[in-house]
Amino acid sequence: MSLNWFKYASPASFYPLAGKLIPWFGWSAALLALVGLYIGLVVAPTDFQQGDAYRIIFIHVPAAWMSMFLYVVMAAWSALALGFNTRLSAMMAQAIAPTGALMTFIALWSGAFWGRPTWGTYWAWDARMTSELILLFLYFGVIALRHAIDDPRRADRACGVLTLTGVVNVPIIYFSVQWWNTLHQGSSVSLTKAPSMAAIMLTGMLIMSLAAWFYAIAASLARVRVVIIERERGAAWIGGLTEVRNA
Amino acid sequence: MSTAATASPVDDGVLSAMRWAAARDLKLALRSRGELGVQLLFYVIVVSLFPLSTTPERNLLATMGPGVLWVAALLSSLLSLPRLFAGDHADGTLEQIALSPYPLAALVYGKILAHWLTTGLPVVALAPLLGLQYAMDGESLAVLTAALLIGTPILSLLGAIGAALTLGLRASGSLLALLILPLYVPVLIFGAGAVDAARAGLGVSANLSLLGAGLLVATVGAPFAAAAAVRIALD
Repeated sequence: MSLNWFKYASPASFYPLAGKLIPWFGWSAALLALVGLYIGLVVAPTDFQQGDAYRIIFIHVPAAWMSMFLYVVMAAWSALALGFNTRLSAMMAQAIAPTGALMTFIALWSGAFWGRPTWGTYWAWDARMTSELILLFLYFGVIALRHAIDDPRRADRACGVLTLTGVVNVPIIYFSVQWWNTLHQGSSVSLTKAPSMAAIMLTGMLIMSLAAWFYAIAASLARVRVVIIERERGAAWIGGLTEVRNA
Repeated sequence: MSTAATASPVDDGVLSAMRWAAARDLKLALRSRGELGVQLLFYVIVVSLFPLSTTPERNLLATMGPGVLWVAALLSSLLSLPRLFAGDHADGTLEQIALSPYPLAALVYGKILAHWLTTGLPVVALAPLLGLQYAMDGESLAVLTAALLIGTPILSLLGAIGAALTLGLRASGSLLALLILPLYVPVLIFGAGAVDAARAGLGVSANLSLLGAGLLVATVGAPFAAAAAVRIALD
């Protein structure tokens, strides 16, 4: 049996596939989030050091993981788009960027609300927070560049070059910020030295991470369908779609 | 200006292309010295504003000094970046340059070199003088100057990518800032960190080595990325 992998590189055949996948990933994300939140908010015990404030990690950690992971995924799609000149890869990169920025923002925001009761401050120039903030700027840069260029093909390639430049820089930024931080101030609070996490907490966090991942896939697929319609609006098959005709 | 192909000596390619582009941009820059002077004044003014907005207290100034000088260097680099490609793009020269048989990355590298020589090097040269205003001692001044000498070429190299990506776009100036300033962060940290380390009596070699490593990586990678961005902007 030979699979034709390139079949779904065409927007016309990927569009219905994405449409079929969205409910699967979307509902899985919702179910996993329900289970994860139940474990996180009800089953998991109160932390003896941080009290109930620690429960923010069930949102915060998955968002932070996804924020970094999505940038790498976006860079991979950009590399594919630049290397093979495939339109759909660039559209995927375009569709992922807002979800990545959202995850970064959630990570920062929830981190601030965790920091207030735990560290006594909403914001500290902690290495992770600072590099997360810079990651948010990188996402904004890619999105802004996309919007500044009218020709979508030029925007694809320009954003691709920018994303790849960024992905080389992300580890350097993280490393430099961490180094700067240790030089400037003694370690205030270290997450890594926290007492080993109870298994049930870890389970909740992993389930929430899966939920965040599936949500990101569903949201990106939904967005890429919009991008496809917008870009291919001249194509005949778009005119045949019921959702376009009824709109 | 538009004789890119004929003016280049037709020999071994890369080095002569680099040399040609650098010499041409240097000549053009020196013809508009006023513009260069304005950029340098911007640097001086930004640096002078900080004591006015904070405190003239000498100890605090010496602490802030390296950071202020680095941020000012970043901003003045940002301000000068559009002239790297925008002028050539506007009059069509950039297209001629891209059409030449020489590797575009080499030509872009020459342009970046000229850009650094005309905008980065003066910033480095002025730094000790401005550092004195911030009550920095001799050793700090020397380290600051060395760090700027290694770091400002990285700013030009990374900036060239952003400058090429934003060629001919609406509000390209502010967009350039958004694209490039986050990428400048490691340079800022290691550059200012070198002076902090010197003040704290720690070795500065780690910071300067990391800056040097960054310069090598940027030298190898950035011209290709910038050349790719120029090609994207041209079609």
